[in-house]
Amino acid sequence: MPLNAAVREGEAETKVVAEMVVRRSYGKLVAFLAARTGDVAGAEDALSEAFAAALETWPQQGCPANPEAWLLTVARRKSIDNIRRNARIDDHAELETLPSFPHAAEDSAQIPDRRLALMFACAHPAIEASIRSPLMLQAILGLDAKAIASAFLVSPEAMGKRLVRAKQKIRQAGIPFRVPERAEMPERLAAVLEAIYAAFTEGWSDPLGNDAARSDLTGEALFLAELVNELLPGEPEALGLLALMLHSQARRPARRSAEGEYVPLAQQNQDLWDLAMIRRAESLLVGASKAASVGRYQLEAAIQSAHVERCRTGKANWDAVVHLYDALLALTYSPVVAINRALALGELRGPAAGIAAMPLPANDARLAEYQPYWAARAELLRRSGHAQEARQALEIAIGLAADPAVRRYLEQRRAEFPVE
Amino acid sequence: MQYLLMLYADESGWTRMSKAEQERGVAAYAAYTEALSAAGALKGGNRLAPSGSATRVTVADGKTQVLDGPYADTKEQLAGYYLIDVPDLDAALSWAKRNPGASHGIVEVRALWTDPR
Repeated sequence: MPLNAAVREGEAETKVVAEMVVRRSYGKLVAFLAARTGDVAGAEDALSEAFAAALETWPQQGCPANPEAWLLTVARRKSIDNIRRNARIDDHAELETLPSFPHAAEDSAQIPDRRLALMFACAHPAIEASIRSPLMLQAILGLDAKAIASAFLVSPEAMGKRLVRAKQKIRQAGIPFRVPERAEMPERLAAVLEAIYAAFTEGWSDPLGNDAARSDLTGEALFLAELVNELLPGEPEALGLLALMLHSQARRPARRSAEGEYVPLAQQNQDLWDLAMIRRAESLLVGASKAASVGRYQLEAAIQSAHVERCRTGKANWDAVVHLYDALLALTYSPVVAINRALALGELRGPAAGIAAMPLPANDARLAEYQPYWAARAELLRRSGHAQEARQALEIAIGLAADPAVRRYLEQRRAEFPVE
Repeated sequence: MQYLLMLYADESGWTRMSKAEQERGVAAYAAYTEALSAAGALKGGNRLAPSGSATRVTVADGKTQVLDGPYADTKEQLAGYYLIDVPDLDAALSWAKRNPGASHGIVEVRALWTDPR
């Protein structure tokens, strides 16, 4: 049974407590239950039955002193029931593989936190890359397939099936719940961070959260990034990712006008920026740099930081930005990075230098359908006096825009583009 | 857990190898088998006769069909297997990586069936 449905039925006060427990404890309990058996789906089922039981009994008997331990005890009983129901008669060998559980009276601090190990299982190289992010959102945060599906623009049925398959794979293939050794850490952590960032960027496509049918996962992704840093402190790229996400989040309210129109960075109302969040991003980035191990997310966060600095002081720092993009491009070879680098270079050395640095669609066919590529080209061409080509590029950008606010912004830009 | 490592390779590669290369290849597999055995992970393993020697049998509607040749007509054929017993997929994958077959073909790692729950 989906967890959200169970929560919805509860009384208001219990619901608040239950939701708090869900957010704080759900992943911890799933991780603990699933770690020994490898059965994520079984752990989720047992836990959602436990939550349903909580909503039934807590309103009458009051919330237990230790809700987490209460839920664990009930979930354990449910999972034993489920195993008995599925097991053949006399086959109790499986029961012995269940971990021993702390008594309900014990402190929840004694429930070992295996969430990090669960995250590494979800983002294991044997799991198909595109399902890692949804899997993590479900296993750690208890999001249902429907909410995840709407954020990833997939049908709930398809998402549900893919999640079931991924959990089956974890159990059947024997994917371990463990934090990788030092030697394999960079590669394995990169997969975890990528999955978290994917959840964050999916959440971005609806900047004001106006589209009610589409879930916003930025908050969930931030929670996961905080969690990684809490459980695996001092990893420079994990710090870099959190800094990057906080920078984006801090400026989010300024990205759209009151009328819902797209506002480019340079014209944003800085009063709407969350300065405390920006300061925190800065200090995380400083902390990351102490490890002297540069990576993709640290560089991206540093670029955000440079943009903020320029906007706030009014002092051009395009040389620094171009340097950071150089490093990022050398690391990723990403055509998206190349576009942004070309724009920065256009600011530093003039539009002709920017155009010369633009990646070519001949080298990457995807560019021909990439709206920001055409928008960037249009601006650089306009500034270098190629009016006709500029207009042409702008038209293509408008035609490719999927976000209505961006489309309107590009349409308004037409007025600035001279007709030859 | 027990895992079957299935070695897929382009069989024509073997015949194109010089005698010395073939000997080196055999020695690499012998060393690998030895290492598996020393680690206590080896359950079994064998090299298979060329896929051209395969025969398929299927019974449908009470009628037995016997067909010549391997099941899939692809460039890479099942050429051998190892059965290993290791704690988890990560351990199985690290053995698969070391398998000489991974350098000249593909090693498919599959857990043996276990009863759900």
